[in-house]
Amino acid sequence: MTSTTPTTPTTATLDVDHLRISGVPSDAVIVDEVRLEIAPGEIVGVVGESGSGKTTLGLGLLAYCKRGTRLDDGRILIGGRDIAVLPAGEVRRMRGVSVAYIPQSPASALNPALRIGTQLRECVGDVDEARVREVLREVALPDDDTFLKRYPHQLSGGQQQRIAIAMAFIGKPRLIVLDEPTTGLDVTTQKHVLETVRRMCSIYGSAAVYISHDMAVVADLVDRIAVMYSGRVVEAGPAAEVLARPRHPYTARLLMAVPDLAGERQMLGIPGHAPSPLHRPDGCAFAPRCLLAEDRCTHERPPERQIAEGHTARCFKAGEVRVEPSPRVEPAVAPTPEPVLEISGLSARYGRKRVLEGVDLTVARGHCTALLGESGSGKTTLSRCIAGLHADFEGTITLDGEPLPASSFRRTTDQRRRVQYVFQNPYESLNPRKTVRELVLAPVKHLCGAVADPEALLQDVLAQAALRPDLADRFPDQLSGGERQRVAIARALAAKPDVLVCDEVTSALDVSVQSSIVELLQRLQAELDLTLVFVTHDIALVRNIAQQVAVLEHGRIVEHGPVREVMQNPQHAYTRSLMKDTPTFVLEGTP
Amino acid sequence: MMLRLVGRRLLHGLVILFAVSIVVFLATQALPGDAAQAILGREATPERLAALRGQLHLGEPLVGQYLAWLQGIVTFDLGQSLASGLPVSELLIPRISNSLVLMLIAAVIATPLSIALGTWSALRRDSATDHVTSGFTLVLAALPEFVIGIFLVLLLSTGVFHVLPAVFVANEPGPIWIDPLQLVLPTLTLVLAVAPYIVRMMRATMLEVLESEYVQQARLKGLPERTVLLRHALPNAIGPVAQVVALQMAWLAGGVVVVEYLFRFPGVGFALVDAVNNRDLPVVQGLSLLIAAVYIVVNLAADVVALATNPKVRTAS
Repeated sequence: MTSTTPTTPTTATLDVDHLRISGVPSDAVIVDEVRLEIAPGEIVGVVGESGSGKTTLGLGLLAYCKRGTRLDDGRILIGGRDIAVLPAGEVRRMRGVSVAYIPQSPASALNPALRIGTQLRECVGDVDEARVREVLREVALPDDDTFLKRYPHQLSGGQQQRIAIAMAFIGKPRLIVLDEPTTGLDVTTQKHVLETVRRMCSIYGSAAVYISHDMAVVADLVDRIAVMYSGRVVEAGPAAEVLARPRHPYTARLLMAVPDLAGERQMLGIPGHAPSPLHRPDGCAFAPRCLLAEDRCTHERPPERQIAEGHTARCFKAGEVRVEPSPRVEPAVAPTPEPVLEISGLSARYGRKRVLEGVDLTVARGHCTALLGESGSGKTTLSRCIAGLHADFEGTITLDGEPLPASSFRRTTDQRRRVQYVFQNPYESLNPRKTVRELVLAPVKHLCGAVADPEALLQDVLAQAALRPDLADRFPDQLSGGERQRVAIARALAAKPDVLVCDEVTSALDVSVQSSIVELLQRLQAELDLTLVFVTHDIALVRNIAQQVAVLEHGRIVEHGPVREVMQNPQHAYTRSLMKDTPTFVLEGTP
Repeated sequence: MMLRLVGRRLLHGLVILFAVSIVVFLATQALPGDAAQAILGREATPERLAALRGQLHLGEPLVGQYLAWLQGIVTFDLGQSLASGLPVSELLIPRISNSLVLMLIAAVIATPLSIALGTWSALRRDSATDHVTSGFTLVLAALPEFVIGIFLVLLLSTGVFHVLPAVFVANEPGPIWIDPLQLVLPTLTLVLAVAPYIVRMMRATMLEVLESEYVQQARLKGLPERTVLLRHALPNAIGPVAQVVALQMAWLAGGVVVVEYLFRFPGVGFALVDAVNNRDLPVVQGLSLLIAAVYIVVNLAADVVALATNPKVRTAS
């Protein structure tokens, strides 16, 4: 490994320059030209969508390369020592003491076969018992022997993440790398974890790199933001400035894609998707999706430019970037709608465990009704009961006044046709051996019998789902995540349903893609007079898509009503805590 | 919780053993004519047939015959050998202990060796050593154990080198390990027959564990590679591999038949082949049940290991 720049003494905790990480053996450049300087005690947010190279960069800061990657070039000075060129033994001694890592999913990063105590003690060389207990108290966990004897699976998700935080801070490192540490946690837990991270950083004066895909989380926590796209830092600067006056078109679009909790601003998707590391364009990687792109952008790579003190961007058109939030328009829906689905006294079980208790809900025709709740609240079970996928329940569900049998096996073909379901994860809900054409037409053939002109129907629903006609012959693995979810929606639309149940349909997707899917669903709702049942854990998303909301907690509906009323004046304590704990930021210029 | 699971597995084992006993019993009923006819073959005279039928209780109703036989089994009375006239249990006990010694030595050598080799191969993923190990174990896995045995005999006792005896010469009445050299070839054959599967399974499981996030996290914590491997990786890989080890050990119980016959080793396998040749029905029945019992016990042991290495089971109340 060669360092292109001479090593200079520095006061920064972290000083990364010219960092390049490549694939092996493909030689695809995953992370390139990364420059990052972090002062002691500073928290820097690295924001990017999936595939932007942010996790690879985060691991690179500990001189750790996943299988199939290697540190190619550049320096990584931590406290003045270049971890990128040190021998393996030295690197190992720096880890945990100079730089520590907090993983995305503690459930899989904690060893299932080892006690919590063992995993904590080994960080400090099996000696300092007092330190183990001290750090546990600092992250607000019990420090008694019984707790230390537990196994990871005996802890809740939030406790597991606190253990991971404790493990990172036990050696009092100068630098902490946090890789999306709150993904998969409920908002309330997320808030507590973020508070813990902030407090721990200030106790130890540690600098931190906080990797996230979520602008709203980062906005609340960090001092500076570095936005990554396609392996490069495209914009970096003080958090307030980047959020208020982004100088890269990607940053601007990313900000406008974040759902607004207040529901004042329209959430806008970014069309297209990020290029894979194997097929990155010659010029600016964002040019194909950029509205400002000109000829030059497609064949010349923009260099890093200083915009203001400590604020840089890689864009030729940095001066022209504007954030122009457009006001959100409430879609026109029937003011006094008739009910299409009526659920009364529904109680559902999994085995002996009751997951829903006396649920009453009316879904209005042409409206979008959101089922809002955290993991384990029973929201997905309720949507599965509606679709006939979960039959172990009491109570009634009626469709246009006609009672629906519990199991989809007992429902008539027409009843099944009228309620369609879109699953959470488009990477699993599409059969990888079938083409888009087969996938979309299969349920139609089953539910409607012979179709006069299947090809016309196919092109029709693909167009409705904003998919290009030539995608019909592709297989799912030739599609991006957003395209897959559109295929799943097109498949549901092909049956011409009355009610479309969307189960967390955007949670496996990036923010920019999420916005496009929400736009699509809103358009379909208006054009086809479709009734939507939208299951989500994201209250900001509810504000932006639904007209009615039912808030679920522990299997009961605790609050139910029009979204505007519920969110402006939440009655139940649980709804209020969801509102309060959800991270948010107000984009400048929001009407 | 753990005890209850083990208890339940034990109960399953007993049920399976009971089912096996029915199958073994019915199989002897399916012999052409009747068992006495099949045993005596061409030497059957009406008097001898009648005598043997009496000895085998063939005149009684089927259920009665089975229950009498079952009662014998639970009281360890497997009847008398037709060939030697000795009680079957007395005949088999020395054979069983001989085979157990052979199997035990093979297991004690093969298991740690395979686990070490599989781990080593996984750690050197895609290197020359890994490819050689993979290729070699695949070839060994594809060869039947008697081919391996014959090859070893050619290599070490008759063809190339003349260092080991080609067959086992019984040195009654002393124990079989009085001349350890005689044990080398049968043991080596069994080791080479069972090891490849364990090596391959260990390699695959270890690769998966080494790619896991908790191993990555252990490395990111700055732990020495030794600790990462022995404390973080190995315990998580042992559970799945124990199942394969058990299957291989169970296979040994049947696999010894051919190997013992090849080396004329005085164990259950050799006794089984003998008994089949002599149409010694009570001995064949007894041995079939015994081999089934070994299968069940070994699998139970593997289940216990798998449960014990899984803290979720261990800590459940």
